[in-house]
Amino acid sequence: MSLLLQIFLAFATLSLVAVGGATAVLPEMHRLLVVVHGWMDDATFTQLFALAQAAPGPNILAASLMGWNIAGIGGLAMATLGMLLPAAILAWYVAGATHRLRGARWLKPAQFGLVPIAVGLIGASGITLARAATTGWLTWVILAISFLFVWRTKCSPLWVLAGGGALGVALL
Amino acid sequence: MSETRIPTRTELFLGYAKMGLLGFGGVAAWSRHVIVEERRWLTEREYAEILGMGQILPGPNVGNASVMIGRRFHGLVGALLATSGLYVGPLTVLMGLALLYDNFAEAPGVASFMHGIAAAAAGMVIATALKMGQNLRPPPELIAIGIAALVAAAFLRLPLLLIVFSLAPIGIWLSIRRAYREAPK
Repeated sequence: MSLLLQIFLAFATLSLVAVGGATAVLPEMHRLLVVVHGWMDDATFTQLFALAQAAPGPNILAASLMGWNIAGIGGLAMATLGMLLPAAILAWYVAGATHRLRGARWLKPAQFGLVPIAVGLIGASGITLARAATTGWLTWVILAISFLFVWRTKCSPLWVLAGGGALGVALL
Repeated sequence: MSETRIPTRTELFLGYAKMGLLGFGGVAAWSRHVIVEERRWLTEREYAEILGMGQILPGPNVGNASVMIGRRFHGLVGALLATSGLYVGPLTVLMGLALLYDNFAEAPGVASFMHGIAAAAAGMVIATALKMGQNLRPPPELIAIGIAALVAAAFLRLPLLLIVFSLAPIGIWLSIRRAYREAPK
């Protein structure tokens, strides 16, 4: 089996167990890429994941970087498609099913029952980010200002992200 | 809630590109800001319902939501535009960063800048969760489900698969039960 096909299959398998996104499948991704296939060593794996976390965009893009590291542009394409395609196809059909069921009395309440889980998990990822990001009083101040700004206004959060970065350069 | 407007195909792509490119610390917070507050494609509740479904499906919740929201407005073309908008920009940035990594990581100021952004992103994400909770005003038993998910993920550090599949049936059951009690027919 060609390397590119193997990469596609490895990431497609990951995609289907990735409930909750990239951080949720990190251990399984590590097992497949480092232990089972031996495509990269521990240090490379950790470095690529950290890079994807620091950059903007969905964290799942860590998979694209890893595909790139394994087999260049073809590897990047296969890893990205493998990670996105199965999940996207499933989401497409689920969206179709909910559209067909839209008249059902139980559908809206059933959907609303999932909302607190999504919101709670956003809060949890904020707390996890805060744990990693707060290393001294200044980072706590940046976090608090950003929290109040986003909580109390509808203005673009870009201002506090840029301000946080600038304060970091000036004072950290 | 305020009235919503249907995005054109171009707006759909550009809106998603913005969320992807600015999404430090995960895209969920930016996605809500752009879709609900800035461009008003969906109400808070419609967005939350789609995100909730995206959460129990495999893959990133915002990626699943981009397929569903794209489909809702412009069918298959919409799903493709929203999803590619979400991934193409950040993927390009990420490849650039990876190429520059060795020089870039050593440059003075870069680490401090990223550190400051990370702290601000953490505050933004926590505030987004709080704001969604306040705007949606869920009944007490669903607030309890949300807090259970938060505690299980942030403090007990349980696997997300376990959290989602144990809380989802309870949340659905509690929500349907309340709806049927409040409107008996």
